[in-house]
Amino acid sequence: MQRVIDKVKELLANGVADRVLAWKVGEFPYDRIPGVFKDDLDGLCYDSFSACNLSKYLINETKKDGRVLVLMKPCDSYGVNLLIKEHRIDREKIYILAVPCNCKVDIEKIKDSGIKGIIDIAEEGDVLKINTVYGQKELDRRQVLCDKCLSCQGKKHVIYDEIIEDDEQQNIEKTDRMEAVEELEAMSPEERFAFWRSELSKCIRCNACRNVCPACSCNKCIFDNTDTGVAAKSNADSFEENMFHIIRAFHVAGRCTDCGECSRVCPQNIPLHLLNRKFIKEINELYGEFQAGEDAVTTGPLTFFTMEDAEPDVVYKKGRD
Amino acid sequence: MSRNDMLIPKVAVITGITTQTPDVKTYKVNAPEGGKPFEHMPGQCAMLSIPGISEAMISITSSPTNKEYMEFSIKRCGCLTEAIHALEEGDEITVRGPLGNHFPVESELKGKDLVFIAGGIGLAPLRSVINYCLDNRDDYGEIDIVYGSRTKQDLVGFEEIQNVWAKAPNVNVYLTIDNPQEDWDGHVGFVPNYVKELNLSVDKTVLMCGPPIMIKFTLQGLIELGFTKEQIYTTMELRMKCGIGKCGRCNIGSKYVCKDGPVFRFDELDELPDEY
Amino acid sequence: MLRLSADKLDKLFSAISDAKELYLPVEENGSSKFDKWSEETQVNLNRLNTVKSPKDLFFPQSEDLMRFKKEGKKITVDTPDENCKEFVVFGVRACDVKSIEVLDRVFLSEPVDTYYESKRKAATIVSLACSEPEESCFCNIFGIDATEPAADVSTWLADDYLYWEAKTEKGEALTESIKSVFEQAEDTSAVDAQKENVKAIIEKLPLSGLNLDYFKNNDMMDIFNSEKWDELYEACLGCGTCTFVCPTCQCYDIRDYDTGHGIVRYRCWDSCMYSDFTLMAGGQPRTTQKERFRQRFMHKLVYFPMNNDGEFSCVGCGRCVNKCPVRLNIAKVIRALGGEV
Repeated sequence: MQRVIDKVKELLANGVADRVLAWKVGEFPYDRIPGVFKDDLDGLCYDSFSACNLSKYLINETKKDGRVLVLMKPCDSYGVNLLIKEHRIDREKIYILAVPCNCKVDIEKIKDSGIKGIIDIAEEGDVLKINTVYGQKELDRRQVLCDKCLSCQGKKHVIYDEIIEDDEQQNIEKTDRMEAVEELEAMSPEERFAFWRSELSKCIRCNACRNVCPACSCNKCIFDNTDTGVAAKSNADSFEENMFHIIRAFHVAGRCTDCGECSRVCPQNIPLHLLNRKFIKEINELYGEFQAGEDAVTTGPLTFFTMEDAEPDVVYKKGRD
Repeated sequence: MSRNDMLIPKVAVITGITTQTPDVKTYKVNAPEGGKPFEHMPGQCAMLSIPGISEAMISITSSPTNKEYMEFSIKRCGCLTEAIHALEEGDEITVRGPLGNHFPVESELKGKDLVFIAGGIGLAPLRSVINYCLDNRDDYGEIDIVYGSRTKQDLVGFEEIQNVWAKAPNVNVYLTIDNPQEDWDGHVGFVPNYVKELNLSVDKTVLMCGPPIMIKFTLQGLIELGFTKEQIYTTMELRMKCGIGKCGRCNIGSKYVCKDGPVFRFDELDELPDEY
Repeated sequence: MLRLSADKLDKLFSAISDAKELYLPVEENGSSKFDKWSEETQVNLNRLNTVKSPKDLFFPQSEDLMRFKKEGKKITVDTPDENCKEFVVFGVRACDVKSIEVLDRVFLSEPVDTYYESKRKAATIVSLACSEPEESCFCNIFGIDATEPAADVSTWLADDYLYWEAKTEKGEALTESIKSVFEQAEDTSAVDAQKENVKAIIEKLPLSGLNLDYFKNNDMMDIFNSEKWDELYEACLGCGTCTFVCPTCQCYDIRDYDTGHGIVRYRCWDSCMYSDFTLMAGGQPRTTQKERFRQRFMHKLVYFPMNNDGEFSCVGCGRCVNKCPVRLNIAKVIRALGGEV
């Protein structure tokens, strides 16, 4: 943490950028809000709660004058490549400082474990020492990690100008990210339909998943455009919110970097990332392994075609399985 | 249809259509059983709708003194107005109202010399007041009507202006168009400049409606002439849905345009955020 | 005061739902909400706040207002029946009870919204006092007593008993209809002890010192023009989470939907955080997220009190505090603009 702040100070002093996009402490000991700092770095913070993906904020930041220094976790760096490739951000206006990540802690999981009235949280190794109005509590941080961290792509940064090397031993047991997708695939079509209906029907149409997604960078989303006739803030029929998510998943297919933000921000805990992962799995099987945002140049598998591409009947064949 | 709620509209039938300009038509509207759908005061609005398309706030252009029908002048500029322009006599629409406040024709404006300043379709809400004043002629002093549009063809209600208003006692009509035109021998120039040229007496009361840019410069001009904001009224338009101050859309500061407006005095607007 | 043993709550719920529909906080599929009780329902009275508030029961996220039929040139309007089946909402926290009063001020003021009114009339509200407030709670700054919730009936879960006290005629009527499940509570010291205990906890909560004086004592335009907004809104994603989980946000949209056999006009929750909220053919009065963000908090802390005898339209439930994806919230706004005691 102090290493990060020192490095930021050094880089700003060297004039690589005139401001820094990072995480800012908020109301509570676990609040980390995306924020821009100029001269005063008071409140700048990088720790176990800095879960927000900052990449999408670069769209607005790079519209401003000057150059912005940005802190990037490994998982967020894919979003930067994607946004550069899609000409949403100007690489020249960003200086990327890669910061190491040993997985982030999910405050909701801490609260779900029954801990209330949190006043302060201290981290000692893997132990979270939590001071609450109801007394002192302890938790193993490995039990309350963000879901997105449990099956992330690893510690590799795919784009950076400078890197702070990881000095911690990785001690988190990761799960295969396709495990949950395979569980869904193993269901009968009826079970699977019921699963998604019950999950997606919780949707309150807040658009948080869309607004946080680095692949959702349209200037005006079709769902915000009243002229399209599909703009809806609510569910005119009972399938509408289901369609919103299905269409969004199609739109980000081949572009989703699997950063997991959609599920992290969902106020109703809908596992939206599973829709995207299913697409990733299918694309990998049909077109060969592809990781969106791995670099800023490779053409995505769904943005060109070859004679060997799968024909539409693949849907029918797969559906029959 | 017995339920009584301000969100539930009445059905009304179009009993006459006049093409006023290339993009403005005026619709006569009656209740299906005859008569007016409801009574109103000058400056008030109604929510007009074609079910399946949408509903929009439209000012009532006819005067309450018209006891036979209600009129709406509608400029084609969006989805709903496009569809309304495609309607024919005998077609039904829905209306609900009256909504909002009105010009203070029975209080503050009584006995005053009045200046009406309008641009383009902005004449629609003022027409209701003008005809109300003409029908109660003794209650008001001298009336000046300054009205401008882009071309002669864009003047709404040209016939009525020339044949009724211009001939009424103690009424002066000043028309202007933006650019010279072959069949036009009247004034040429923008409304704000024309208002300044007219050198109106500063003890008159002004009622103004038109595009924001016209309002802005005319207001400046009037202030330069020596008018105070307390003497100048306007009527506003923001996106509205409920029309009864609940849905939150037309909120400017603590006011709702649909309920506390659409008629405001400029000194009242001064106290509100510039979010209109 | 009456009471029944906490392990007999199911008996209470079953007795209530014999006569009326009963809604209460339930856990379902990784989320929580006020839902209809049945024997299979997974009731959770330990959770302080459901994700969505009971607002849904009076002002549903989506609600059909009327149907239109067109035959030739003729239009007919069909409206739903004004009568609403009587129902009971159980387990409403003090903040949410207050939020219904806030909604009343909007929907029951002239002209009355009959859609809201019919549900409101049909409802009997049974509140539940808080026994374990959380760090996101700040109802006390709005003068709400979490230990003494208002409503038709107030209840307390203390020492393995549910204590029950009717506060209104509606509450008395409900109590009368199910009185066989209760016993007289001769000793209510458990309730008193809980109240005292919880009040002490509230004192210690991090947001309980927030101060609203700035909003009470300053001019609307000065607050509107504060430079603090420039920084406060910065991270806002422009999503509607805060609005939709808020128990008092009541802005709505009205839209028409062609079902293929008639047109439905429905209303649905809308958010001033959305870019299309004020968008119209003639332009956009709030062009940036800063203006939209500011509108939401100005409305709750300044505009609403100006029109409603000084009542704020925030009840300190903490839902936006817990659910904002980037952890912005009204507490931060209050502190940044107005500080604390």
